[in-house]
Amino acid sequence: MRWIWIDRFVEFEPGKRATAVKNVSLAEEHLHDHWAAFPIMPASLMIEGMAQTAGILVGQARDFQEKVILAKITRAELEEIVTPGDQISYHAEIEAISPQAASTRGIVRKNGREIGRIDLIFSHIDQNLAGVEFPQENFVFTGQFERLLAPFLERGDG
Amino acid sequence: MTEEEVFEKVKETLVDALSVEEDEVKPEATLTGDLGAESIDFLDIVFRLEKAFDIKIPRGELFPDNVLNNPELVQDGKLTAKGLGMLKERMPHADFSEFEQDPDINKMAELFKVQTIVNYVMSKVTA
Repeated sequence: MRWIWIDRFVEFEPGKRATAVKNVSLAEEHLHDHWAAFPIMPASLMIEGMAQTAGILVGQARDFQEKVILAKITRAELEEIVTPGDQISYHAEIEAISPQAASTRGIVRKNGREIGRIDLIFSHIDQNLAGVEFPQENFVFTGQFERLLAPFLERGDG
Repeated sequence: MTEEEVFEKVKETLVDALSVEEDEVKPEATLTGDLGAESIDFLDIVFRLEKAFDIKIPRGELFPDNVLNNPELVQDGKLTAKGLGMLKERMPHADFSEFEQDPDINKMAELFKVQTIVNYVMSKVTA
């Protein structure tokens, strides 16, 4: 199992922008601990949701050849709580991308209404930690992420 | 663009990138020591400078890379004469007067001052 905090992409424009949605449900166990009397979606996991949306966008822009790691949360502002039954959408745009890194800007919406902004910086770690050995296989982008993106990528088999 | 204008914009960039106070950003302030920058912040700063000044900063030009891993350039934790020469050539925007007295690689971060960035940007915008 992997830590996936988005349910589906609803927009994916390679190298430019992507939007993913997440439906928050009381069936998710973590909500019962955060908190039992008043379950809300943890802000930290919303940052993770944006990082996955933006990180896949950044990874795809280099054909998943780079290991894309969240390196810096430049800005994270969330103005409202999110509770079970709400749908969150994460809209990310690539602001800049270079051989070593990428920066993204993001808007968080709740049931279609903007409630926050999350801007991030990702590192292409193989380019930055020269000399440090990482496994050759790309441990960042695995099958589960590929399946999320499958409806948006052209298929070679027609 | 005057040096003062460049400095003001560099200051704004560093305040945003490093969450420091405006009065901390002085020309002599070092990025890592005084302003608390970490390695990833250098990438952030490059992106922000490119946008703020509408310039392109090629990899390794403002903050040189691939120096420390090269045994020809670094020996016993110090830059060799060749290493120092190469770094000076690649960083005409930095002030080496103090560093070259004792080119210990642990002190290399002191080359990266606010003024270093200002000099670099000046060379780009007046080119």
